[in-house]
Amino acid sequence: MSMSDRSHIVEQSVGLRFYLRLEHGFDAFFGAELNPWRHLGALGFLLFWIISVSGFYIYAVLDTSVEGVYQSIAWLSREQWYLGGVLRSLHRYAADAFVVVTVLHLLREFLLGRFTGFRRFSWLTGVPLIWLIYISGIVGFWLKWDQLAQFSAVATAEWFDALPIFATPLTRNFLSAAAVSDRLFSLFVFVHIGVPLLLIFGLWFHIQRISRAEVLPKRALSLGTLAMLMVLSLAQPVTSQQPADLSLVPSQLGFDWFYLFLHPLMYVTSAGMLWALIVALTLFLFILPLLPHGRASAIARVHPDNCNGCRRCFDDCPYAAITMVPHTNGRPGMQLAEVLPDLCASCGICAGSCPSATPFRSGPELVTGIDMPQMPVSILREDLEERLEKLSGEQKIVVFGCDQGARVADLEERDVASLSLICIGMLPPSFIEYALRGGAAGVLVSGCRGCVYRLGNLWTEERLTGAREPHLRATVDRTRLTIAWADRGEEQALAATLTEFKKTLANTPAHHQIAPPKRMTAHV
Amino acid sequence: MSKDLSGSKALSWVGQGLLYALFALFIGYFSTSPPYRHLAADQALIKLSFSLHGKLVSECRQRSPEELAKLPPNMRAPMDCKRERSSVTVEIDLDGAPVFRHVSIPSGLSKDGASTVYQRFPVVAGEHRVVVRLKDDQRAAGFNYSREATVTLLPGKILVIDFNLEKGGITLI
Ligand code: HEM
Ligand code: SF4
Ligand code: SF4
Repeated sequence: MSMSDRSHIVEQSVGLRFYLRLEHGFDAFFGAELNPWRHLGALGFLLFWIISVSGFYIYAVLDTSVEGVYQSIAWLSREQWYLGGVLRSLHRYAADAFVVVTVLHLLREFLLGRFTGFRRFSWLTGVPLIWLIYISGIVGFWLKWDQLAQFSAVATAEWFDALPIFATPLTRNFLSAAAVSDRLFSLFVFVHIGVPLLLIFGLWFHIQRISRAEVLPKRALSLGTLAMLMVLSLAQPVTSQQPADLSLVPSQLGFDWFYLFLHPLMYVTSAGMLWALIVALTLFLFILPLLPHGRASAIARVHPDNCNGCRRCFDDCPYAAITMVPHTNGRPGMQLAEVLPDLCASCGICAGSCPSATPFRSGPELVTGIDMPQMPVSILREDLEERLEKLSGEQKIVVFGCDQGARVADLEERDVASLSLICIGMLPPSFIEYALRGGAAGVLVSGCRGCVYRLGNLWTEERLTGAREPHLRATVDRTRLTIAWADRGEEQALAATLTEFKKTLANTPAHHQIAPPKRMTAHV
Repeated sequence: MSKDLSGSKALSWVGQGLLYALFALFIGYFSTSPPYRHLAADQALIKLSFSLHGKLVSECRQRSPEELAKLPPNMRAPMDCKRERSSVTVEIDLDGAPVFRHVSIPSGLSKDGASTVYQRFPVVAGEHRVVVRLKDDQRAAGFNYSREATVTLLPGKILVIDFNLEKGGITLI
């Protein structure tokens, strides 16, 4: 088996290419680490907490009776603009941003095809969250009981009355002011606050299969988002419209299109059409991951004889697909890694974390504690040796890349060899030292800007800087190594980095006398 | 050691600021604009809404002693009452022209529940002649309730046509 034969690389749709261009555009300003497009889920969490905290305050000071609420909220905006008013605006704008961010998160996962296989669970548990956000959000608009609230409540009632479920039509609750009781209003409050509690539960569920889920964005991104919402809240404070009057049709309304677009949509089509649309969309989202989507890749395999129970793979697996069980060798207290097949993403990050995955081990066959059947570490070593051997020139370079990121095969030359891994997180750091000792003048490590398997490039950076086990030995000359993150389609930028790297190498004399190539595999 | 192919520092601060501002503008704008007007400025709305139980389809009937004897002892009620109710028919004429006719079937499997209807009629504001006829008894020959009125509706005004027995049947509020 040769690694360059593998061709299961995803085709890019027009939408995806467009999206990636956008995402890359943001990298120029935010850097790959802080690019909001890569942290939409985490931003969603942040917004959720902003909404919760501001909501708590508003709820604590409001008079939530039909009669009192309008005055009470107007007072908040007028007399206490610096606190209650700002929090009210934050509550609303964060809620608007929440919808936007969630829908973008969904679209991004959709375009990247992230709804099948091991991601099915995350996808399926994500879909109901949108419903919950909309239910809570729309009912939230009713609580201030102004004309917008009235319009939205009546429109929603008309929408639900199109279903034959209520013996007394809901619309009868809004025929006259006398019909709207405090009891009904308490129900609104209950829904507006109760549904987010369900949402918390749903969110917890949503990230169950993701280890170290990023539930808050990085500091700079969080602060930037909060500052942006603050500025918006001060510049354009949220206010109520005319008080509700059920004997009148609300006149021209300042309209929140993020949540309330459903109502105009219903009036230009029909209640039945809106139901059909929404049910169809929901069903589509639910069925999507259940459709057949090609062959699944082989999952990680543990070789008990080579596993010492160090738990590194357990720590590094991005999808919590590894559990530690008592070792089959029966030694008391010793553990063994075990892969949970349904959760495994086939990313190979575990192979990169295993201490036994070092190419310096002698012996005819390199068997590691945990490995990918489609690309065992032993084959990786063989391939590296073979390719190094074929290189000619003064400065031989080895490029390690990954199947998801920039195509490193495009960089191959007389003096450049490339190896594409499943994920760059699969690279045991000792392979870099092995390549250098084997005659390479430099090693370029590349992978996606934002890892498709979430943690591959983070772990790689940490391992290569010595912050994480297994680390690249301190004695390895760091001037011989460069890391460049580049996505598919960015081969040219990567090539430019390589050219630059070559120049630097040419100007840096090697500190170490490089040992003559020493073959570790017996059978080549 | 690591490069991420991104731009310069100064450019990145300015760029981030602009992108945040753009997002804030997007949120700020669509949270209130463009304004939405549900009815044109010169229109008013008539809403027809009722929820009422039609009359029973058949009168209760005295069971004969023979019939009673045939029933199990715990079911020997002297009166035999069918629970099914009449459907409710409603018609509306507006300014002399019929605009609506609807037969509302009672809810419930044995058709013993309320009949309901809800309908909106946007109209040009001003004076209108409204005629409402309602029939809640299948056995009656014609409509057993009706109401006529000339109403003047200001723009944006909602006129509710409802049914309330205590208030004498059809109401216009
Ligand atoms: C309330 C809204 C939502 C929030 C706050 C949220 C948050 C998150 C977070 C924090 C992650 C983990 C990201 C990471 O650490 O790498 C995640 C992953 C994911 N979410 Fe959501 N999510 C939401 C809604 C949705 C929806 C509506 C969908 C799609 C139907 C969805 C699909 C996914 C998928 C497929 C993943 C897995 C990504 C991967 O495996 O790389 N989420 N979400
Ligand atoms: S291949 Fe990836 S997902 Fe599967 S066990 Fe290894 S690290 Fe976890
Ligand atoms: S990293 Fe390797 S040795 Fe350590 S527990 Fe996992 S399989 Fe076993």
